[in-house]
This record gives sequence, C-alpha cells and structure tokens, in this order.
Amino acid sequence: MRDRRTHEDLERIAWNLRAHVVRMIGVEHPGHLGGSMSLAEIVSVLFFFAMRFDPRNLHDPNRDRLVLSKGHSVPVQYAALVELGVIDSSEMACFKTIRGMLQGHPDMEATPGMEAVTGSLGQGLSIAFGMALGLRSDERSSRIYVIIGDGELAEGQIWEAAMAIARYKLGNIIAFVDRNGLQATGATKDVFDIPYIQEKWQACGWNVHTTNGHDIPALCDALSWAHGDTQSPSVIIAETVKGKGISFAEHSPSFHNGALSQEQYDTAIAEIEAVRRSFA
Amino acid sequence: MSNRRNLRQAYGHALVQLGRNNPDIVVLEADLGKSTQSVTFQQEFPERYFQMGIAEQNMTATAAGLALVNKVPFVHSFAVFASGRAYDQIRNSICIPNLPVRICGSSAGLSDFGDGKTHQSVEDMALMRAIPNMTVLCPCDAVEVEKAMACLSYAAGPVYIRINRNDLPVVYPGDERYHLGKVTRLRDGTDVVVFACGVMTSIALGAAEMLLEEGISVRVVNVGTLKPLEQHSIAAEAAGMSGIVTAEEHSIIGGLGSAIAEALRSVRHGKIEFVGIKDRFGVSARNYEDLLEHFGLTSEAIADAVRRTLQP
Repeated sequence: MRDRRTHEDLERIAWNLRAHVVRMIGVEHPGHLGGSMSLAEIVSVLFFFAMRFDPRNLHDPNRDRLVLSKGHSVPVQYAALVELGVIDSSEMACFKTIRGMLQGHPDMEATPGMEAVTGSLGQGLSIAFGMALGLRSDERSSRIYVIIGDGELAEGQIWEAAMAIARYKLGNIIAFVDRNGLQATGATKDVFDIPYIQEKWQACGWNVHTTNGHDIPALCDALSWAHGDTQSPSVIIAETVKGKGISFAEHSPSFHNGALSQEQYDTAIAEIEAVRRSFA
Repeated sequence: MSNRRNLRQAYGHALVQLGRNNPDIVVLEADLGKSTQSVTFQQEFPERYFQMGIAEQNMTATAAGLALVNKVPFVHSFAVFASGRAYDQIRNSICIPNLPVRICGSSAGLSDFGDGKTHQSVEDMALMRAIPNMTVLCPCDAVEVEKAMACLSYAAGPVYIRINRNDLPVVYPGDERYHLGKVTRLRDGTDVVVFACGVMTSIALGAAEMLLEEGISVRVVNVGTLKPLEQHSIAAEAAGMSGIVTAEEHSIIGGLGSAIAEALRSVRHGKIEFVGIKDRFGVSARNYEDLLEHFGLTSEAIADAVRRTLQP
C-alpha cells in the first residue's frame, strides 16, 4: 500500500475523476455516467492508495490488477489512467470513436493499462480467478481487485466464480460490489431483487464487509481488513449513490447510460468544480 | 484400414507430452476428465490441473484470466458445451483479446452416440468458425490429433479443437509434414474431389475405393483446419475437377461445406454437393455406425453425392 497520499488527496482525486468522466462523455452522447460516478472513491483508493501499479511499467508481472467486471463503467477507469499519465488527456475527447483508444467497454488491445476485456456482464470475477490462480502458482504476491455491479449479481457465473475462488482459497482476490441500487431499467429491488447479498457471499466462503463506498477513510480501512486474510477471498459491499456528485443524476436510472444536454453538462461541471475548489 | 486408434486417448497423451515440454500449460476440466481424457494430465501434473466443477462458463473465463498471466490453458468439455454453453465467454473474454486459450470440444459430432440430441454437437464448428481470431481444428484420426496438438503449445491466439470420442481408422500419414491450416491430399483422383474432415475422411476414402469400380476417379483431401482455411490450397485441389463434394459430421450450415464454398467463391469450379447433417439435431443410438448411417454419413452417401456432381 502507498501511504504518502492523505485521505484528502484521495478525495480530491475522486472528484478529479468525476470531472474527467463528465468531460469524456460530453454533450448529447449517451455514456455510462451513473455507474462511473458511484465508483469514483473506490477507483481513487485502488489506483492511488492500495494497488501496486507503476504507470511507467504497465507490464510489471508483479503488479496488482483491476478487473472492472461492470465494464460499462470504464470511463472512471480511463479517468484514473489519465490522472496517472498512462493515457494522454487529449484522448478523452475521442471517447467512443472509431480511431480513439477509449472504447465504450474495456478493450485491452486498444487501451494501455487495461487488464482484460469485460462488458458482457458476469465474467470479470472468473477472469480475476484465472489471474489469481496463475500468479499464485508462479509464487507472485500480486493482488487482483474486481468491481462488480449489484445488478450484475443476477448473472449466475458470478456465483460459479465465487464458489470456485473460495474453494481454491485465493486470498489474493478482493472484490467490490458497487451497491448503488439502480440498474439499467430501474431500482435493483424492483427489477430483480437479490436479497441477503452478504449472506450469499458468506455462504460461498468469502469474508464480507459492508461500508460506505464514498467514504475514503472507511474504504481504506476496508482494504486493510481485506488484506488481513491471505487464505480466503474478501468482498467489500460498497453502499454507493449512482450518479454521485451531480444533483440531477443522483439516484436516477435515466443516467445509467443517458446523454447530457448542454445545460445539464454545464450544471454537472459546475457542481463538480465547486467541490474541487473546496479542496484548494 | 484395419488399424484403428482412439482419438481421446491420443489427445490425452499428447496433452501430457505438451505439459512436459512447456511448464506454462495448465488444464481446466468440468467433471468430464475421464471422457475427455484430460485426466491423463492430472495424473502427471496435479498442480497444473484445475477441477472447475460443472460450471463451464466460469471455467472458460477463468482460462482467459490464466492466459492474461502468461499461462497456456486447455479447457475441456463435450463439444456441445465447450462451444455452446460458454460461447459468450469464448467470444468476449478470450477471442476479443486474442488470448492463447485452447478449447477442447470432446465427444464431438455424433460420436457420443448414446446420449442423444443434448450431447451431440451438430453446430459447434459453425459457432467457433464465426468468431474473429479463432482457429478451428477437426482432426481425422489419432495421428492428426497428435500432429495438431504438437502445434498448440506456442500457436498464437485461441484454438478450438474438435475431438471424436471413438476409435477411428488411421489414415493420416505419420511422416507427413504438418502445420495448422494444412490441406492434405490423401488420395489422388482426376474426376471429383472430396474435401472431408474428422470421421468423414476415412469414410470418404472408402467412397473413393467404391467409385473406382465404376470408373470414377476421386481425389480425397483432408481439411483438418477449417479456419484459417488455406484458400489457395483448396482452389488448387478443386481446379480441373468436374465435381466437388464436402463431407462432415456436422450441420451443412456453417461447417466444412460452407467453408469450402466460401473458399471457392471467386474461382470457377465444378458443381458442389454437401454431405453432412441436414439442419437437424442428433438422436440416441446403440452404436456409432448406425447413427452415421441414419444421418447419411456413409461411403455410399458420399458416392451418391459424387455421382450427382457428374450428372449434367
């Protein structure tokens, strides 16, 4: 873990990521805004605090890896790679273009710093499993972080992977569930309610911890807790707000993959910039 | 053609051989290790053998993760599940990033004769052939299995290899130089060419022998790699032939017949006939030969198709 960044640094970075995401998605183009906003603090804490990840040595075999199983939220991962200098900020204007390196879903051949192809939901935890298995057999101490959506938990493959990872005692896997309570067409409890989420993970053999996914110190504590067990995988259920940081997008399924009007864009940028100024 | 060998056993032994030479090879299985013969690898390399349980989708995407940390994973199931149950995982997690995962579709085609429709793969090659980056292999006998496997340690990108469950006549020459994509003429002829793969290659050789008595000279060409298909080799083998017949233990939609027709699309060629499964599912049978006959996958059926190509 890196300890040179303060909690306030990490919080400021999270809001930088939000600003990048809004600028990347832009005006009148659909983009996965809501689920990117809910992840800003988690992604900040991972890339800028927890992960062993050298932006100048992307292929270091001992690096930690992030697999974004809810691949549609990739704008926030791109934003982190921009902050780290892996991706030039000019690329953000070419998001979701034929020649741009920032594709609509994670494409590791197009984008430096991406670790897997995800987007067809339910597969990221399995990919992480394979990585963790292979790295352990090579006696590497790398950790694999995975981010799963709460709507994505309806995919059966998630639970196939959860059982298999516990069976293989892979303590080097740490999963986050982005529990923002909304999915593409409405509230998760209405679309496809999945009760007893914690109990389900526990029954699969995982350590489970629930925390506020926008609380930087709480997220850092949760990661320290997860790193404490090297024999069993851990999942952090992060209670989040979809669209966090943009007043009209918070708690709104319309911005799962909605387009911003010019007015909405201006409002979003103004709101985010106001928070960013508060750190200065 | 009295010498018959089992393709699964040849596969299992070849897999162990690869494992001895390449420590990065790992094997994943979904509770069918005895059927697929991946169990042979487990016995020699238990630490590189991962039992994934009856969960093919997880197994397949896990293989992607292993490939992303520089392993060469071989995943196993019956062909129908390996290709169909995990299609989306193959497409998205493996083929988009072009990862060197090897998918063994075992008990392929009708070769699991007793288990019926749900366990017989009539469309696996069509599914796999349609995915960009995928290589599709359908070896005709144990010798070709061994030769193909020897290429899979270091071949780039994903590979689907279709393995017959049963003992088949050995027809591939042991001393023939081999590479993925190789089109191999097993018998020369001057009137009609039969392109065949898998079990149908030896059956096509039987048809050629039958037709010789009628004065029809048949060339038999084994096409063990359906993709990438060496288009120039296919065109060269078809050049000057009055007729072209394809023979496959697979639906006539999307398999070898389709691949050959695609390969010949821009050259002048004789009439084409397809021998294959005519857009139907399989059925249970007491033995393999009865089932092949039920679906018209016989030397007689190939001979009929050859004769049809020669009719005006």
